[in-house]
Amino acid sequence: MNLNSWGMYPYIKNKSISLESRDRLKIEILSDKELIPFGNGRSYGDSALNENIIYCKPYNYFLDFDDESGILHCQSGVLLSEIIEAFVPKGWFLKVTPGTKLITIGGAVASDIHGKNHHVEGCFSECVEEFTLMLANGEITTCKRDDELFLATCGGMGLTGVILDAKISLKKINSKYINQTTIKTKNLQETFEAFEKYAYLPYSVAWIDCLAKDENIGKCLLMVGDFADDGNLDFKDSRKLNIPFNFPSFALNTLSVKAFNWLYYKKSPHGESKQKVDIDTFFYPLDAINNWNRIYGKGGFTQYQFILPKDVSYDGLKEILGTISKSGKGSFLAVLKLYGKGNENYLSFPIEGYSLALDFKIEKGLFELLDKLDEIVLKYNGRIYLTKDVRVSKETFEKGYPSIEKFRKFRKDNKMDKKFNSLQSKRVGI
Amino acid sequence: MSYILIIGAKSDIAKEIARVYAKNGYNIYLAGRDIESMRDLANDIKIRYNIEIELKEFDIIDFGSHQSFYNKLEVKPIGTIVVAGYMSEQKECEENWTETLNTINVNYTGAVSILNIIANDYEINKKGFIVGVSSVAGDRGRKANYIYGSSKAAFSAYLGGLRNRLFESHVHVLTVKPGFVNTKMTKELDLPPKLTAQPEDVADDIYKAQQKGKSIIYTKSIWRYIMLIIKHIPEFIFKKMSI
Repeated sequence: MNLNSWGMYPYIKNKSISLESRDRLKIEILSDKELIPFGNGRSYGDSALNENIIYCKPYNYFLDFDDESGILHCQSGVLLSEIIEAFVPKGWFLKVTPGTKLITIGGAVASDIHGKNHHVEGCFSECVEEFTLMLANGEITTCKRDDELFLATCGGMGLTGVILDAKISLKKINSKYINQTTIKTKNLQETFEAFEKYAYLPYSVAWIDCLAKDENIGKCLLMVGDFADDGNLDFKDSRKLNIPFNFPSFALNTLSVKAFNWLYYKKSPHGESKQKVDIDTFFYPLDAINNWNRIYGKGGFTQYQFILPKDVSYDGLKEILGTISKSGKGSFLAVLKLYGKGNENYLSFPIEGYSLALDFKIEKGLFELLDKLDEIVLKYNGRIYLTKDVRVSKETFEKGYPSIEKFRKFRKDNKMDKKFNSLQSKRVGI
Repeated sequence: MSYILIIGAKSDIAKEIARVYAKNGYNIYLAGRDIESMRDLANDIKIRYNIEIELKEFDIIDFGSHQSFYNKLEVKPIGTIVVAGYMSEQKECEENWTETLNTINVNYTGAVSILNIIANDYEINKKGFIVGVSSVAGDRGRKANYIYGSSKAAFSAYLGGLRNRLFESHVHVLTVKPGFVNTKMTKELDLPPKLTAQPEDVADDIYKAQQKGKSIIYTKSIWRYIMLIIKHIPEFIFKKMSI
């Protein structure tokens, strides 16, 4: 079956081979084909695309759970949503989760994903005890926390081998609800102050209005919170809306985005307000709409996510938001997050600072704008998130990731560079 | 809590059906030829949903064993779902009688053999439900796969008759007609994504339709309309077509 990524761009022909068993996988790996593992197709760009794809999602058994330590052993195709569904009623939740629960465990490791609590808990690899990996020679090895394979594979975009199963530790919770505080700010200065003020809470994320101009640049809704403690663990998957077809390309323009942003911002009262919301509303608001990527039309879209070191975050963000605002290109969603210290993994995205993620419809003039943004990101010593990327140049990418040579050498030494490749890995030369 | 019997438990669709019923609190009998190959699934479901799950050895083409298989189930299942299916290349079937016979025996004769026994029990007790996973391929014979298709056509007709017979006994019979499904069985085929269902979606559709007491469902539902068109093409045109 033909598989594509969440951004629906680029739209390419490929052949997918389902991961069913280790024996079958070994045969595929020992063939002369170039391969890339693919989870549930939620990375935005071309990081899991190539002519031949190993489709890992069907490989999805839970293998063991220890309710003393909270360590779950499962195969790499298990979705985070399946873990949540099975374990929230028992009082366990993921230590680290991104803004969608529709990703596989293998994908979470390969992207070393992070969530609203990065400033407290770090990346997904922090909760990974060990995992098994099938290498380019078909051998299976167990990777533990100090191994070089661990450092290269967490965040390694599937370029070191196929992750087969992983042991991850879950965290105890005593409610399916989160006590949320929403703070409405008027500009970037206020936004930053609010982030710092609430940094003691584990979860925080801000929704930025990208079309605000001049003194309003950086105005946002900041949502912060922590799990409640009311003992209510009666979790059920919520009902979903569906977008049944691609919207026509004119549906999303500056006016409609402006109207949406305005409604969203208006909905909230001034200053601070408190709400009690459930896990799905707090962590996964967009999962409530199936196929929401279709609102961008069949030409597809991309997400531009970069991170800047903390000391220059304010200046850099101001410059970038100003540039976007001037361009008039609408971003439906712009998400600002605070990050704690980075880790040792070769290609993990987070560093201590702030990151901004913006969605853009693929259209004429977009890549020129993004090139311009790249320059600003590099000027402030920032970097681009590969999981979202579909167009960054080799030069821009390299400057952001100082461990890249170590990663390249490791791939070469282990003959991974001949076996595991994506369109992205070829573009940025890793 | 009540047990559901799933026959042909090794398939991708059966795996997801077992998960859906377990999620909704049912205990499960997984019946299939190779118990070893079902252990991982049983373990998976136990960890996820804390229900009882038992593995039962069952060979759908060993017709003589079916009565004793059913007699030995201590707690009789309140519902039976037949997912067992066999599809090989049409060409293979044309040239090799064993392949043809196996297709017919797995998809039709074996299913009839076990369901006759279960239907009699459900009829006496005036309760229970039966789900048969047939195929859109049974709606009209096509040169591309009419051996498989005709065995499924026979199975669909059987389920229709059974539904009619058991209506008065309040035993519900559901016929499921999947179109393309992304499974091990179809992995060599280049399936169009818009018409291809994922096994978990098929399982969800089955669970919902069974709970609502529906008679026949297509999954994805668009296949109802595709097959409506295909069924209505006049034979003098259809016989010249390659679809």
